[in-house]
Amino acid sequence: MKLACPTLLTLILVANLSHSAQAQIAVRGDRVYTLAGPVITDGMVIIRDGKIAAVGSAAELVAPEGFLLLRAAVVTPGLVDAHSTVGLSGSFNTDHDRDQLERSKALQPSLRAVDAYNPQETLVSWLRSFGVTTVHTGHAPGELISGQTIIVKTVGTTCEEALMVSDAMVVSTLGQSARKRGKKSPGTRGKMMSLLRAELIKAREYAKNREKEDVSKHPARDLGLEALTAVLAREKPLLITAHRSQDIANALRLAEEFKFKLILDGAAEAYLLIDLLKAAEVPIIVHPTMARATGERENLTFENAALLRQAGLLVALQSGYESYVPKTRVVLFEAALAAAYGLSFEEALASITLDAARIIGVADRVGSLEVGKDGDLALYDGDPFEYTSHCIGVVIEGTVVSQEAR
Amino acid sequence: MKMANGTNSMKAPPFPGTRGKSAALVRQKFIEAQEYREKLQRGLEDPNKAPARDIGMEALVEVLEGTRMVHHHTHRHDDIMTVLRLAREFGYRVVLHHVSEGWKVAEQIAAAEVPCSIILLDSPGGKLEAIDLIFTTGGVLERAGVPVAFHTDDGITDSRLFLRMAALGVRAGMSRGAALEAVTLAGARMLDLQDRIGSLRPGKDADFVVLSGDPFSVYTQVLETWVEGVKVFDRSDPKDRLYAVGGYGAGHGQTPYHCCFADEEDQP
Repeated sequence: MKLACPTLLTLILVANLSHSAQAQIAVRGDRVYTLAGPVITDGMVIIRDGKIAAVGSAAELVAPEGFLLLRAAVVTPGLVDAHSTVGLSGSFNTDHDRDQLERSKALQPSLRAVDAYNPQETLVSWLRSFGVTTVHTGHAPGELISGQTIIVKTVGTTCEEALMVSDAMVVSTLGQSARKRGKKSPGTRGKMMSLLRAELIKAREYAKNREKEDVSKHPARDLGLEALTAVLAREKPLLITAHRSQDIANALRLAEEFKFKLILDGAAEAYLLIDLLKAAEVPIIVHPTMARATGERENLTFENAALLRQAGLLVALQSGYESYVPKTRVVLFEAALAAAYGLSFEEALASITLDAARIIGVADRVGSLEVGKDGDLALYDGDPFEYTSHCIGVVIEGTVVSQEAR
Repeated sequence: MKMANGTNSMKAPPFPGTRGKSAALVRQKFIEAQEYREKLQRGLEDPNKAPARDIGMEALVEVLEGTRMVHHHTHRHDDIMTVLRLAREFGYRVVLHHVSEGWKVAEQIAAAEVPCSIILLDSPGGKLEAIDLIFTTGGVLERAGVPVAFHTDDGITDSRLFLRMAALGVRAGMSRGAALEAVTLAGARMLDLQDRIGSLRPGKDADFVVLSGDPFSVYTQVLETWVEGVKVFDRSDPKDRLYAVGGYGAGHGQTPYHCCFADEEDQP
């Protein structure tokens, strides 16, 4: 049994001493993957006041006196889940905890994720126990525009405590899952695109009119158009979930027309459109590697992330949205399978750390182990991607938040 | 005989609305089967007293006789105990399916000598009865002495990644031996097919897989699959590889690869 190993005993000691208070911590790993350079053999990361103060070889760095020392076989940056609905969707999967998708209208960019996120959802701590420290979460795919997203740390008793970015993106879905049945709108892809274009044009006019010198001529505030104004001003991206190649092409055409920052999501058939995606320089948050090949994902492949990455595209993996079980996926497991299907170990790790942080716009704070960044670390007792390894410790901003071997 | 209790089988009438009603319906049915069996025996002595054939009752009599096993869907610990209680009352052989809260009543399952075919999910919940489903179930049941198998419930988890479930069992405390048995011989026993499949012994069916490495490593790939001495999957064959890895045409209806290999002789 692993329970006798010194790492765990150290962690238990740390937990007792520090509890929830921020600690001064030194983490030593047989292999430290900083994502900012080559792997460090017998490396050390020193966290002071919640931020990374030093990274280097344990032979050269000495843990300051009084610092708590954690040890692990492998140390990585805290994992970054580039797209989830966790906290809006919960483990009970009843009306009580289903806040990820409001079906009353096709276009609802005014819905904020801060008003719907439950940081005490058990699935949040579940993700955290495997090393996930940052999650981009919010309104789910399934409507033409379903709402907004936030970026949180996997801690906190209130949304405010968890929050990194309160209005991260506006999310849109193209294709079958955004289609309404019967005579409801939108019933076709042509109608979907026409509704989106009309709304973005309306937002452009709205923004122009809100800037008029004569305040009496300002249109009344419209929360939905405000959110789209920020998209048009490139202040926040429009994340478009699209799986079929024709829907991906529609997303690219829309971004070309309105010049917003496009992040492509899901993208099961992206490997068919590599030249187009490269020309558009679009970052892609690829579906969970283990997403099921049904419906619009019927052509997905375990190798999608590898094919896109090898073409030079910026790629992250996601836990995605599941309507049944498993209620959330774990990006560690999705990256593991991507590593078994074409991504190198380092590329797969980047897809759930630095590259994920880059795509969602928080690489200045998380995603790599560099001086000045947040003290977010994940500790493993072996290759993190191996099914039989365990996450044995998680640190967020200098606080040990998990030490149960998972 | 597939049976279920818990919320899956609780619906509007004529289905049961509560757990008490659910168990009562099952008991009533098996009491009818016991009576039918008695009539069958009287019919052997006096053909005039033989009951009219009832093929539903005939199947339940096989369950009472132990020639037909019950495979029983059940998640919650109290539902598991109900299955054990009814199986004891009517003396049927039962295998528990899913058993999400089996770790809470492992000793009781062991005492009843009932095997479990379990499933692990990447996160708990999604349905209320699976809210306490955890990776440790396999290890807890193994240590209690319960025979354990895994199943994919494909649709729920991917059968191409069947070995992954056993590996996650090892991650959470199962022995490697029991985990490998849980995807081979233990499952065969739960189907009464241990004389034909589930282990590599002279005389058994030539069903085997060729792996590239440790069965419990994420990096290991299935290279070949053989059924009764015939190679039915070969990863080096592009058609087979498409089915195993995915790609354009892989999920196309019931003909996973015909659409994409126009030069193939087997093109429909």
